[in-house]
Amino acid sequence: MGKRIGIEVSLAIAEAARLANVDVVSAYPITPQTHIVEHLAALVADGELDAECIPVESEHSAMSACLGAAASGARTFTATAGQGLELMHEVLYVASAMRLPIVMAVANRALSAPINIWGDQSDVMAVRDTGWIQIFVENGQQAVDNVLCGFRIAEDHRVLLPVMVHLDGFYLTHVIEPVDMPEQEEVDRFIPPNRYPVPLDPARPVTMGGFGPPYIYTETKKAQEVNLTAAKAVVLECWQEFGHRFGRHYSPVEHYGSQEAKVLLLTVGSFSETAMEAIDRMRGKGRDVGQLRLRLWRPFPFAELRQAVRNAEIVIILDRAISFGGPGGPVASEIKSALYNEKHRPRVVSIVGGLGGRDITVSGFEDIINRGIEIAQKGSDQEFEMFGVRE
Amino acid sequence: MARTENVPWRELKIGTIMEPGTATEYETGDWKAQRPVFDKNKCNKCGLCYIFCPEGCIRQSADGYFEANLFYCKGCGICAVECPKDAIAMVEEEE
Amino acid sequence: MTKGSRARVMENSIAFGKRLVTKEEYFTAGHRACVGCGEALAVRLACKALGSNVIITMATGCMEVVSSQFPYSAWTVPWVHTLFENAAAVASGIEAGLKARRRKGRGAEAEVHVVAMAGDGGTSDIGLQALSGALERGHDFLYLCFDNEAYMNTGIQRSSATPFGASTTTSPAGRKSIGQVTWKKNMPAIAAAHGIPYVATACPSYPFDLMDKVAKGAAVHGPAYIHIFSVCPTGWRCAPELAVNIGRLAVQTGIFPLYEIEDGKYRLTVNVARRKPIKEYLQLQGRFRHLSDEIIGKIQERVDSEYAALVDKVSRARGNRQA
Repeated sequence: MGKRIGIEVSLAIAEAARLANVDVVSAYPITPQTHIVEHLAALVADGELDAECIPVESEHSAMSACLGAAASGARTFTATAGQGLELMHEVLYVASAMRLPIVMAVANRALSAPINIWGDQSDVMAVRDTGWIQIFVENGQQAVDNVLCGFRIAEDHRVLLPVMVHLDGFYLTHVIEPVDMPEQEEVDRFIPPNRYPVPLDPARPVTMGGFGPPYIYTETKKAQEVNLTAAKAVVLECWQEFGHRFGRHYSPVEHYGSQEAKVLLLTVGSFSETAMEAIDRMRGKGRDVGQLRLRLWRPFPFAELRQAVRNAEIVIILDRAISFGGPGGPVASEIKSALYNEKHRPRVVSIVGGLGGRDITVSGFEDIINRGIEIAQKGSDQEFEMFGVRE
Repeated sequence: MARTENVPWRELKIGTIMEPGTATEYETGDWKAQRPVFDKNKCNKCGLCYIFCPEGCIRQSADGYFEANLFYCKGCGICAVECPKDAIAMVEEEE
Repeated sequence: MTKGSRARVMENSIAFGKRLVTKEEYFTAGHRACVGCGEALAVRLACKALGSNVIITMATGCMEVVSSQFPYSAWTVPWVHTLFENAAAVASGIEAGLKARRRKGRGAEAEVHVVAMAGDGGTSDIGLQALSGALERGHDFLYLCFDNEAYMNTGIQRSSATPFGASTTTSPAGRKSIGQVTWKKNMPAIAAAHGIPYVATACPSYPFDLMDKVAKGAAVHGPAYIHIFSVCPTGWRCAPELAVNIGRLAVQTGIFPLYEIEDGKYRLTVNVARRKPIKEYLQLQGRFRHLSDEIIGKIQERVDSEYAALVDKVSRARGNRQA
């Protein structure tokens, strides 16, 4: 068992990459991810981690260098946030389509304009379709655990896909939390060495990234989709193994309070922990409410979600991103879509809040739940509602 | 013979990687409107035609002279222009 | 050299004067470059100089498209293409990955040459940032820019490498325009400004000069940049059979001089005693057909002054006044 320490979550993530013995870190600094990159550079400078840190000149090059490193057979790590995630957007599609295992911690940050360095999930929601495995965490421990799992999942020969671990910018990155840091030997036993099956190697030449005209593009995308969907089984297997070894258990959809509650609040990310307080308070007053937390974002856990809402009549989804001129809450729109053909369908209410670092308090969550119930019962002429707007 | 382009998705390799050198199965020779004819009487075996061919399809035979592999030759005529001995003539392709 | 290895060398080489050129084609026939493509020739020759102990990363462009259409690959060496603007960044990642694994004793023992290849678009325009970053960081890699002076693969649109007066689809000659109105961006100078150990210009019309430079660039420790003149009959609207001839004229008129910059010191590798008039070069190409004598005169002036400046740098490097 590792020792429990108080550590800033950014530094803990860097320590996780160190424990995983990454070979290449290729990253560009952007608030609020900077401490991750800085700490990794310090670890390398002090000889605590043997890795090549490439101080690239932009996020586009950061992810591009990750492509090269991963393709050459190196264990590859990076981190970014907000605008940085957007700047590397086209490269993300390439990483997944070319089946390159890369682990990236994303410090979720609001997107410009106006420029805002604080946390929300608009950056994540813009990269849903990029073909990466995506996992949300709510606290420092989960961040460390899932970065470690990320390497094992990404490099598994049944997967060979890049993995994003999403954590809230500032709310997590800049907060000191208690974390059980695993021992090096435990990590070495848990994460096998990286053996990319078809690396760039003069001994066995391959041609990567060729030109794919109409007669083949569809088939490549089919293969990609099948692969990403099948990766879910490996994620679950990894989490199960992690649970055995480290005693902390993760699943695609987690719940708090009652599983049978008629009213469920679904949250993603660190706000979930604040929401849990609200759930406790309301249940203390006899309210039939519960919470769902979405952990596995891609591949989307359809079965687990449908199972989790089977008793609910109302599911209120708090999104921290907004899809303009459309469904409003991106997570809500995906949940609605997942439930549309179900025989039993709860009413789904989309509430968008907590944008650009706007905090939501415990009583704020109580208000959200109450407002969500009201909308579910009385209907609304809007697709979604924004919470906490000064009118 | 050419490879099949219409591969079912299950047969695609990881990340759609390709085997090296498979372009050698692709016939570019049917592009040409003219083909090079090599005159051994004039050739001095300098090999510049071999050097300057963008396809790399000119090869040296056992007797040391050079000839184009018409399976690939696109008939560009660079070899004919560059030959210092005017030993290569471009002749119209009939078919 | 043992008798056995000498026999292998003789068996696998063609001798040109003092030079041995491998018979191996690392960039094979069956690629789909245009008839008479000067760039394909340049790539083919560069690959001969590089050999098989290489990993190539290529930007989107003519060569990538013609050499890798599924399921046909013209590459017999490890090769990766990802995007248009990041050849140098991908190369950085490969170089770092190999370096880390070698140091940690996990495979990748032999020194492998990492080579980035891109066109003028992927180098001097959209790829400039990634190139500059890679050069500044000092990665041990070779960058080859194959310059056909426009975005040829997408249909002849101008780039910052398009020469003054050239007509392209986005800098067309017309009643109100002479075509490209800016002068060609000096990429070798930009590369050299990063203080890298080796910069050179090359042209496949001077094949041995090109191959020597590529081999030298690959052997250098640290970043090396070679700018390779690539005649494009399709885009320049010239006769395909003249591709090598026109490349030679570019050197002989002084519009594309062949030189090296080693640790900042300039040296001409092909010394043109008396430069031919630029008109001889321009008149063979449809992209310059619209130019008036006046504009041609302006181009000649510019070629003269740039060549003089180059000669000056060369002689200052030599420490004497004679070119």
